[in-house]
Parts: sequence; C-alpha cells; structure tokens
Amino acid sequence: MEISGFGIVLLFLIGGLVFILVTLGLGRILRPSRPNQEKLTTYESGEEPVGPAWGTFNVRFYIIALIFLLFEVELVFLFPWAIVFGNAEKINATNGLWGWFSLIEALVFVGMLAVGLAYTWKKGMLDWVKPQTGVKEETSTVPQGLYDKINEKYS
Amino acid sequence: MVTFLFYLPFLLLFVLLAVYGERKISAFIQSRYGPVEVGPYGLLQTLADLLKMLQKEDIVPGAADKWLFLTGPVLVFVAVFTGFSVLPLTDQVAGAGMEAGLFFLLAFVSLDVVGILMSGWGSNNKFSMYGTMRSIAQVVSYEIPLGLSVLCVVMTAQSMDLQEISRQQGVFSANPNFLFGIRSWGIDLTDVGGFLTWNVVRNPFLIPVFVVFFIAGLAEANRAPFDLPESESEIVGGYHTEYSGFRWGIFMLSEYGMMLLVSLLGALLFFGGWNSPLPNIGYIRLADWTSGTFWGVGWLLGKALMLIFIQMWVRWTYPRLRVDQLMGLSWKFLTPVSLVLVFICAIWRLWMI
Repeated sequence: MEISGFGIVLLFLIGGLVFILVTLGLGRILRPSRPNQEKLTTYESGEEPVGPAWGTFNVRFYIIALIFLLFEVELVFLFPWAIVFGNAEKINATNGLWGWFSLIEALVFVGMLAVGLAYTWKKGMLDWVKPQTGVKEETSTVPQGLYDKINEKYS
Repeated sequence: MVTFLFYLPFLLLFVLLAVYGERKISAFIQSRYGPVEVGPYGLLQTLADLLKMLQKEDIVPGAADKWLFLTGPVLVFVAVFTGFSVLPLTDQVAGAGMEAGLFFLLAFVSLDVVGILMSGWGSNNKFSMYGTMRSIAQVVSYEIPLGLSVLCVVMTAQSMDLQEISRQQGVFSANPNFLFGIRSWGIDLTDVGGFLTWNVVRNPFLIPVFVVFFIAGLAEANRAPFDLPESESEIVGGYHTEYSGFRWGIFMLSEYGMMLLVSLLGALLFFGGWNSPLPNIGYIRLADWTSGTFWGVGWLLGKALMLIFIQMWVRWTYPRLRVDQLMGLSWKFLTPVSLVLVFICAIWRLWMI
C-alpha cells in the first residue's frame, strides 16, 4: 500500500504522540502518587512564593518577536524565489537575463528589510541592556559662580 | 514508512547511548572517569536512570495551569519527532515524498517553541517564566540565521526535497556535476562522485554557511554554550524547573532528538547525506563499491554522529554566553553575515549554469 507524503508525516505525528502517551501510561503503573501540601507548592528556593508568576514582562521580548516576524515572513517569500531564480531552462531561454534580473529583485526586497534591521540596531533595540546615553543637564537657578566662590573659600 | 520504523527505535537507542557518551566525553575532557558502576564500563547507566525516572512521582504543582503543564512536553517531543518524517535514509529509502520537505521541516520544528511556552507559563513559577522568555527569545532569534543558511543550500541545489538534494551530491546524480560546480571549466565529476561532489565543494561558500548553520543549530537545540534557558546557576532549571519524573525526561529526549535532527540535516545539506566520501579513481571504483543500502545508512549516521560529537565537544569547551551576548551574536553578527552569504551563494549559483 502506498502512503502519500503527508500520510507519512501524519504517521510520525501519531507515532510520536502514541509513544509518549504509552510511556507515560506505563509510568503511571510504576510510579507512586501521594501528593501533599508541601510537595505541591511552587519551588522558589525554599521560600514561600509571593504572588503568581503570571505578571507583566519586559517589552524588549515583544520587539524581538516583531523583528523575528518580519524576517520570518521574508524567509517564507525567499524560499519559492530560491527554487526558480536559478532555473537553468529559464536562464538559457533568456540569455542569462532571468537569473540576474530576479537576483536584483530579491536584492531590493532583502535590502529594504536590511535597512529596517539597521534602523532598529541604531535605535538600540537590539541591545539587551540599553546603554545610558548623554549627561543629565543640571538646571539650577543658582548661578555657577556662587558655587565656585564657596568652593574657593572652603578649599 | 520504513523511515518511521527506523527512526523511532533509533532515536531511543541514540538517546540512551548519547547520554552515556556525553558523560564519558565530558569526563575525558575534565580528566574524570564518568559513569563506571552500572554494567560493563558503566554502559547501563542511562538505562538505570530511565528506570528511576519512570518510578518517580509525577508532581503537578497546585498553582500550575494543569492542562498546559501536562501537554507542553508532549507537544515539544511531537514537534521535534515529526521533523524526522522528511529525512531520507538511503538512495532507495526516501522520507515523506514532498516537494517542499525542507520548508515543512523548518516550519514544524518551530512549533516546539509553543510547547516550551506552554510548559513554562503553565508552571506558574518565576524561574520557569524567566527560562521560557529567554528560551523563546533565543530560539526565535536563531531561527533567522538557520533559515537563511538553509536557503543558501536550497539555492545551490534548486530543490527543497531532501532526497533530491542528497542525490545531487554523488554518483547517483541525474544532472552532471562539475568541479566547484562551475560548468565552464569543464571538469566533469559526475562519474567520480565522493567528497568532490558534496555541496561544500560544489559551492565553497557553503563552508561559512555551515558554520552559521551549526551555531544556529546549537542554539535551536538549547545546547551549551547557548543553554541559557535552563542555566542552572542562575534560574535553577529554566522552563523545566517544576517537572519531575518521566515528564522531565521528555524534555531531555526532545533535546537529544533535536541534536540528532540538526546533525542529520547538516550531514544531508552540506556533507553529501548518504553518499560515500570516497571518489571513483579510474578503475578503482571506490564510490560505487561503497554505495548501497547498508553503506548509505552507515555514511549518513556516521556523518551525523560526527557532528554530534563536535556539538558535545563544543559544550564542554566553551563557557555559557551572557544574555546580551547571545542576542547580539544572532542579530548583529549572524543575521547580517548570512544575508550577505545568501547573495554570494546566489551569484555562485548563476556561475554554476
């Protein structure tokens, strides 16, 4: 019997699932199950946990996910391109024009995203610990001269 | 069908031996003995560990989201294992016959991120949350260089079917093969085969591409030096802090499965897959003599196990990266480099015609 390509994928999917569930089921016969209050507490290095862990998270992860999404979509588009751009028949039929033309097209496409990457890099979004930039400007109504005088007097 | 019957038992046998192998290799690197007690030379150590794990209580913390906690590890394993479905085994035995097999593999293996998120979020533990967030940021970031390096191979081979990519790199090739892939030089190697027709020789720029692929593969498998998601010195156990018994073992199984998958993929894409490395020289038909069903399986697994050995060697040689170094390496170094390599490989492909 011939199984189609996706049929084999389904076989792997179900096979993997069945294997894991059977092994876990087998473990169920072997292992004890005696839960108690202390065992069921959340592990936090021996301390009583304060509050749930489901809280807010740093926005950096969100930005990384956004950049990833852009590049992944780009990849999805580049794979079909990679199959056709170097097609020998099409290149020979157009005297080599097909290959170079589609290469330049892809260069423009990737170039735009590369500019985006450069922009986020420049903005410091890729830096995990964002660097402190600039010196804080002191705005005081007392003129600097008065401070200098005091420094001079007591030095 | 045949690949399923081969890969499932092989994966289990591999995990048993690889855990033992890793402990022995690390022991050798650190001038220790490693496991010696259980069985001859400690060979049965992993089996004993497995039996112990099966007998351990499966604790579900009271504060956890029960469904996410229980199904997370299963999803991680299934996603990794389904990735094996498109891998070929020999010249006769192909995986799932799909035009876009490689594309499917990349798409499906990415699903293990969802499994990690489910188990980390479901644990309701602060250490697990940190581990999960790091893990997702890392896997997602290294997905880009991995995809781009695979794209370079797809461009060189003009196919996404792994069996077709493997067939091109040896004496079974349907198309003529030339030295460095350049037709105009006229050095025909179709009948010679061996390592001279591997992808890394057909397109020498695939060597740096392979380095990018290897680094990204290490990060995808959450292996040291990229094992920040489970760095025990900072966040206890990362996303599997709360797991115990065999449910924790599934994470280990998936990690080693991912190592094997990435290594097999590296062997198939860059180093000729099931093709023999020995070339035909005149009447000495080394490539023809060393091709066939058993030879093919042997070459493929030999190459993959070699890559796994290098992964373990790297793990016990380099210290763990810092989080900012990790993200910087992916976005500021590997991604731009692989973008440039994509265009170099594209130009090489146009020369190959």
